[in-house]
Amino acid sequence: MSETSPILTMTGICKTFPGVRALSNVDFKLRAGEIHALMGENGAGKSTLIKVLTGVDKLDAGEILLDSRSILAKSPQHAQELGISTVYQEVNLCANLTVAENIFIGREPVRAGKIDWKEINKRAKKVLERLDIEIDVTQTLDTYSVAVQQMVAIARALDISSKVLILDEPTSSLDAHEVKKLFEVMRKLQSEGLGIIFVTHFLDQVYEISDRITVLRNGELVGEYETALLPKVQLVSKMIGKVLDDLSSFNKDKKTTEDARRETPYVSAKGVGHLGSINPFDLDIHKGEVLGLVGLLGSGRTETARVIFGIDKADCGEMHVQGNKTVIASAGDAMKHSMAFCPENRKTEGIISELSVRENIILALQAKRGVRKYIKRKEQEKIADDYIRLLNIKTSGKEQLIRNLSGGNQQKVILARWLVTQPDLLILDEPTRGIDVGTKAEIQKLIVRLADEGMAVMFISSELDELLRCCDRLAVIRDRNKIAELTGGELNEEVVMHTIAGGENNAGA
Amino acid sequence: MNKLQLSSKYLSLIVTIFLFFLLFALGSLKFTGFFSLQNFLNLFIDNAYLIIMAIGTTFILIAGGIDISVGAVLSLTCMLSAYLLEMKHLNPFLVMALMLLMGAAFGLIQGALIHFFKMQPFIVTLAGMFFARGMTAVISIDTIDITDKTYELIANYRIPVFGGAFISISVVIAVIALLIAAYIAHFTKFGRTAYAIGGNEQSAVLMGLSVGRTKIGIYMLGGICSTLSGIVFSFYMRSGFTLHGLGMEMESIASAVIGGTLLTGGVGSVFGTLFGVLIQGTIQTLVMFQGTLSSWWTKIAVAILLCLFIVMQSLLTARRIRKKSQVLKSDISHT
Amino acid sequence: MQGLKDRLKRWSGSRLFWPLVGLVLVLFFNLIFVEGFFSIEMKDGHLYGRIIDIVKNAGCYMLLAIGMTLVVATGGIDISVGSMCAISGAVMAALVGGELSGIPHHSYGIAIAAALAVSVVLGLWNGFLVAKLEIQPVVATLILMVAGRGIAQLVTQGQIITVYYKPYAYLGSFTPGLILPTSIFIVAIVLTMALVAVKKTSLGLFIQSAGINRTATRYSGINVKKLIYMVYGFCGLCAGVAGLVISSMVKAADGNNAGLGYEMDAILAVALGGNSMNGGRFSIMGSIIGALIIQSITTTMYALGVSPQVLPVVKAVVVISICLIQSDDFRRVLADLFKKDGRSQHEQVAVKL
Repeated sequence: MSETSPILTMTGICKTFPGVRALSNVDFKLRAGEIHALMGENGAGKSTLIKVLTGVDKLDAGEILLDSRSILAKSPQHAQELGISTVYQEVNLCANLTVAENIFIGREPVRAGKIDWKEINKRAKKVLERLDIEIDVTQTLDTYSVAVQQMVAIARALDISSKVLILDEPTSSLDAHEVKKLFEVMRKLQSEGLGIIFVTHFLDQVYEISDRITVLRNGELVGEYETALLPKVQLVSKMIGKVLDDLSSFNKDKKTTEDARRETPYVSAKGVGHLGSINPFDLDIHKGEVLGLVGLLGSGRTETARVIFGIDKADCGEMHVQGNKTVIASAGDAMKHSMAFCPENRKTEGIISELSVRENIILALQAKRGVRKYIKRKEQEKIADDYIRLLNIKTSGKEQLIRNLSGGNQQKVILARWLVTQPDLLILDEPTRGIDVGTKAEIQKLIVRLADEGMAVMFISSELDELLRCCDRLAVIRDRNKIAELTGGELNEEVVMHTIAGGENNAGA
Repeated sequence: MNKLQLSSKYLSLIVTIFLFFLLFALGSLKFTGFFSLQNFLNLFIDNAYLIIMAIGTTFILIAGGIDISVGAVLSLTCMLSAYLLEMKHLNPFLVMALMLLMGAAFGLIQGALIHFFKMQPFIVTLAGMFFARGMTAVISIDTIDITDKTYELIANYRIPVFGGAFISISVVIAVIALLIAAYIAHFTKFGRTAYAIGGNEQSAVLMGLSVGRTKIGIYMLGGICSTLSGIVFSFYMRSGFTLHGLGMEMESIASAVIGGTLLTGGVGSVFGTLFGVLIQGTIQTLVMFQGTLSSWWTKIAVAILLCLFIVMQSLLTARRIRKKSQVLKSDISHT
Repeated sequence: MQGLKDRLKRWSGSRLFWPLVGLVLVLFFNLIFVEGFFSIEMKDGHLYGRIIDIVKNAGCYMLLAIGMTLVVATGGIDISVGSMCAISGAVMAALVGGELSGIPHHSYGIAIAAALAVSVVLGLWNGFLVAKLEIQPVVATLILMVAGRGIAQLVTQGQIITVYYKPYAYLGSFTPGLILPTSIFIVAIVLTMALVAVKKTSLGLFIQSAGINRTATRYSGINVKKLIYMVYGFCGLCAGVAGLVISSMVKAADGNNAGLGYEMDAILAVALGGNSMNGGRFSIMGSIIGALIIQSITTTMYALGVSPQVLPVVKAVVVISICLIQSDDFRRVLADLFKKDGRSQHEQVAVKL
């Protein structure tokens, strides 16, 4: 296959956002008739690479060759005209229009001053037939499943002329059957000589469909591999990589399983799940331990936390807190049981941007105390000052608006918000993402200290290193299922990666 | 499953048409003289201005916006026409052309403010409403009667139709406007883009549609409809008065909603809106025929219908939104 | 010198600074151009004068603005307050009755209580549509706006009920023994209630928080739906009280015209008060000042002999200017006036992606 000449070559791509080097000197090659998986954890630079290619972002340096001609897309439309089409995970079509119209809108054939609907429907049918799809094209798009909608998006992309098709996380909202159908379409297009870039985080799918894999990490190219020659475990280790930080200084005394089993767990989930986000799982969390949730992006880690904290109400199973059966249907319920949850997405789920640091810190405590027991201004200020000092939050003062703080300090404020409520169970979803190494280490140390003081901590992270360093126990989540729990001697990189990769044993690292 | 969803899409429209015939049949059974061609045509004659206004409102709602300035613009049109005809003695056709031009300009400004500065349509058109209402009073606080011959002629002209029944020129204008609107909505890129914007504005941008131009164009169309409606209304009332068209924006929106236009945008048709207007007209006629019932019952009935339709829409879309939110949720955890 | 600058900066940074400047400007205009604007005289134990008039007549705007401020702070809007005024007035007038003898059918207290109870229920209905059915606030409150006039007329049987019962007029004018108009005391009571709720409990914090970031607020364990119910319910109550005052002013209940268009003035008062129309930070005092500005301008126009019907033009210009200043895009457009539209659109797509 390597003898085929590339249709798309990207060389030396660099892109810097204020404060972040998103891509540095990345190369990427796509051959005709190839399905090429682009892999990497969060912040690896996958999406930036796609955005640069499709003209959403401007590149700082580097060259893009399409059919050996240098191109520079100015906008997604321009990229499409050049022959590069993108289909996003969230279908970017109009659900209220018919299938046919979605394929042709903006390019409708006009006859005698009227849009020629007959022609549109006829052509739409033909385009979809190319993908082996037979549906009534005169129905509105929302009458069909997400899978079909995605096919329609692909059909639109193809009809506008396409040499390169980018599928950005196309399978995230599809079930197994729909994925199969999508793959059939992809193979068909592949056989027609189209180059397909496939961005996903589902390992099995990569191995099922792709010919080659390019791995990015921290904005840098790790390498390009033939899928058949790269064992899964190696792929995982390449994606996760080693994180260098100043953490060698502390080592946690791991709690043994025996210690844990002796006491009733603080929270115990039995067969709890939420349709469409996480399949039923059992999970115990004990006081004084750090339980890690490990799994690739999108595997269902966050969803597990959301169900436990009541943001998504569990639609099956039972929750027990300190041995008593209970129902947790909202964040308020969870807080009554002394739980706390630092969500993953700081901007949309964490900070109240227009409020001050003080107000952000006392928000959850106030919610817990209720509307009438208003915390006196003096007390608020004392709490805010205490926690700003305790967590070493860098702010010009407690009255500063939180949106003016750096990401790491915003994260600390959110942490403070929950620590103020003195929780027995603290759930942290990616608390160290996107913040500098120093702050990272501080937060990790804090996690361990809190557990030592008797708090139960549930820690979700994409970085294996920090999980291994901080956690007593790891629950492994894969494709929306909790598949294993690891403790004691199993807490090492190799075992974890094997488990994530699906128990494949041909390790070569 | 697919069939079920399909029918829910047109449910609103079907319910509306059914409702209209039901109401009309009810009236015909209950009151002698209700069931006559002329009584049916009167619905058009008495509501021609509302049909035209509601056409504009329908387009704006389809594109995901809202315009509450329409009633005030109608009032301004009546007043300004009266002023230009009576005080300045301008040619009546020139006056009409000027009015339409004013409507387009009014819509252009509102649309531009909404599109370029991302201001809420409600607030912008609220200001538009204040402005138009105020300008009406600036021209004259007292009623100006229109005595112009041409206006009188147009107002009194009866076009005979089948069996002695007749319609007015206003009805002809309304019907032509309706046909043009249907053509625009269904057979032009402009119309289809409006639907796309209402369905999902971000997608429309990504699909390379000219979102900005269309949005502004839609508000211009709305402005033109309001002024045309004002011209027809001035045939009907033959006067300019500061309180003309008070609260008519709500009647107009109600017509569109009862006619099956989704207030969240993307779905709707001008023919549905026509039936929305006719239903309101029929209720009014029913109340009139009843005699003992007072006029406020019309308002209550319309509001109940409005409420039913809005709640129905919200329940129908709730399922779709729930589906979407799941996709979105997983999207959030990936970005 | 430096200290003065700092102090000036602190003042101008305050939320109330610009609304106050606006009010002072209007009053200053009157000081120069309208003779005797500030004169106050004592008659029959009551104070009279233009200034007193302004405060008295601004009463209903202030009441509506208090409720509206909270609704807007949660990111909503309530366009049914005018109709709710009409209903509340109608309920009170219908219960007191229009007997020429001036003998009330039901006791005045019961009539007021019933009117306010109805208003709260109507407000909660709005809350139900917004919180539970998740209908956009403009649309949800549109229903009651349309229905309200009909309901009010239903209550009054389509007539304008004129009330001859003496105390009925107290709310809208003077109560014997009090020097100032009654509406001032009513506003003071409602305002105190609102300020206590907002400043002395955590409601203010929760409302702001929900208006800025609903998801994060929910994640912090706050019941946002309950909050929305409360806010719309309170807005209904405010509208109800305003309705009583309006009805009392004319000693009658007019289902068609009572409170007509007041929703727009209430929204305008909120905007004039320096509140963001997108929710979040709010100032009830700002809205109070906003209401005073509106009434001052109206009174000024009367004093100058300009028809108050022209007033909407002024209001329109004010609303648009305020919203333009609040619009980030407007400021950016001012900054790069020469960039084309298409360009900025792509930038927005990039941000959303």
